[in-house]
Amino acid sequence: MAYDSFIDLTTTAVPLPIENVDTDQIIPARFLKATERIGFGDNLFRDWRYHTDNSPKKDFVLNNPTYSGKILLGGKNFGSGSSREHAAWAVYDFGFRCVVSSFFADIFKNNCLNIGVLPVQVSPAFLNVLMEEVFSNPKAEIKIDLKAQTITLISTGAQEFFDINDYKKDNMLHGFDDIDYLINIQKEITSFAANTPL
Amino acid sequence: MKKTLFDKVWDSHVVRSIENGPDVLFIDRHMVHEVTSPVAFLGLKNRNIKVLYPERTFATADHNTPTLNQHLPVEDPLSAKQLKALEENAHTHGISYWGLGHEKNGIVHVVGPEYGITQPGATIVCGDSHTSTHGAFGAIAFGIGTSEVEMVLSTQCIMQPKAKKMRINVTGSLQKGVTSKDVALFIISKLSTSGATGYFVEYAGNVFSEMSMEGRMTVCNLSIEMGARGGMMAPDQKTFNYIKDREFTPKGTAWDTAMTYWKTLYTEANAIFDKEYSFDGAVIEPMITYGTNPGMGMGISKDIPMAKDIEGGVSTYQKSLAYMNFNEGDSMLGKTIDYVFLGSCTNGRIEDFRAFTSLVKGKKKADNVTAWLVPGSHQVEKAIKEEGLLTILEEAGFVLREPGCSACLAMNDDKVPAGKYAVSTSNRNFEGRQGPGSRTLLASPLVAAAAAVTGKVTDPRTLLS
Repeated sequence: MAYDSFIDLTTTAVPLPIENVDTDQIIPARFLKATERIGFGDNLFRDWRYHTDNSPKKDFVLNNPTYSGKILLGGKNFGSGSSREHAAWAVYDFGFRCVVSSFFADIFKNNCLNIGVLPVQVSPAFLNVLMEEVFSNPKAEIKIDLKAQTITLISTGAQEFFDINDYKKDNMLHGFDDIDYLINIQKEITSFAANTPL
Repeated sequence: MKKTLFDKVWDSHVVRSIENGPDVLFIDRHMVHEVTSPVAFLGLKNRNIKVLYPERTFATADHNTPTLNQHLPVEDPLSAKQLKALEENAHTHGISYWGLGHEKNGIVHVVGPEYGITQPGATIVCGDSHTSTHGAFGAIAFGIGTSEVEMVLSTQCIMQPKAKKMRINVTGSLQKGVTSKDVALFIISKLSTSGATGYFVEYAGNVFSEMSMEGRMTVCNLSIEMGARGGMMAPDQKTFNYIKDREFTPKGTAWDTAMTYWKTLYTEANAIFDKEYSFDGAVIEPMITYGTNPGMGMGISKDIPMAKDIEGGVSTYQKSLAYMNFNEGDSMLGKTIDYVFLGSCTNGRIEDFRAFTSLVKGKKKADNVTAWLVPGSHQVEKAIKEEGLLTILEEAGFVLREPGCSACLAMNDDKVPAGKYAVSTSNRNFEGRQGPGSRTLLASPLVAAAAAVTGKVTDPRTLLS
């Protein structure tokens, strides 16, 4: 499925300074029963967000009206565990377009790139700067410029370069997806397959 | 440049490489299950295309299935709908479908090897992170997301950059009571839950070559728990003996041709790895986890580490211990437990049931323990009965359930209640993994058996004859 293009983004951010956030926290397995990609945002961080009687946990950041925005600031090793793309869908469906962390789990990062959520990996020190600024000033804006591959804290001008391969960058900038690419080279694939034992 | 096992298999499957981008990687075999596939099939429908190579695609229902009364209609309407969707999608696209009640039904990573779908030198993917299991046969196997499931269904390829290479050597003699699960949990405790992220791991050393195929599968299965893209081992005679004459393995001259290729699948001397670790197998104890990720494990006789001694964030560590209601410095031995789960793609094979049974034989299940014994497949279930294990288990007060992923991820009714402790042979101890509020202690089938008969965390070495 093609997705919205991502060129740049200037927004406030939601801080979640916890390490090793796994995809079972992002979306618990019992919410994976859908056969369509709808409604996953309601269950983003379900068990951190709600008590068992479905009342909101007031101390969880997504329930704190002070914080909002399209960037989720996560701790080191964000998105570890299960390959469920539902985790990336939940992040997107909730309204985030970018996750910033000092380290991402592999499959989660891939899944984000495949649906148009930009994973931005920054240094641990820069992540600290962002976290501290957002905690002290929840209105602080962060700018992501995909073309320049920079992330900037608007209030201080503090900036870092982030890495993304040219192919994925181009895809994100235009909202292309891998399936379009692969279908276009199908002849090359089928001739490769003809020489591959089953 | 000398090639590693991973290089040989990866490079031979690259359809094309994109400069400063991913490789287009051809996928030999694609395993599909009910949870991560429906949206991918919907994508095909929206594009009005069919599965390109249905004969390379295999579907089984496992994640979202009950483990009791599988002959009856599935009660949960959402689960029933998802299972029905897989059946219809498989039918529409002409894919082998092993649904509930089918003799070949079972956990995707258990049935793949059982039927010879898993082969050395193959590329194998599935929308499930424990696809790394199949690496035990010298395959490149890894979990993918649903967008990638759609790519493989529609084009038999995915687009990923080649991972960096890591080798983990474990040598020496394992102590009595130490199993492949303990070796894997030990490695993860040393590398942490993200220590192998970005790498594809090759396991080497006599500890792995001496393991059974089941043991090797357990090790490769857990590769993802240290963040690795996947893990693999060079195939050897044990591998070839295991797969010979299985339904989907080559026969006759095709077997001979395949063998010629498979025997080339090893890492050449002096090949370079980006990272390499070596461990002495003799120091490994039976392992148990005390926290909320698989890296938080230790020898069963040790004490829970003090926050000041750990790497990483102290607040995250303390949050984890608070969730478990454990304290720094606690001993795990003697802690009362409530549930025992034997099963999953990690430890749901016949060897795991043999180990569990060997320890509980002649003893009784503790009254305070609810035990769920869930075979990984019907074939495992059949072997449990044929080998007489079921009789021993029943005499000890245990009940055998029907195959599936079950309490490993608790999508079905097999949920550990909030606040309860479960000693589980599965792969993840994340918060709520086995049910909202559940507390999981990951361990081997022997440690699980010791807990099941004593009602508390117990060193299995004290019970082994």
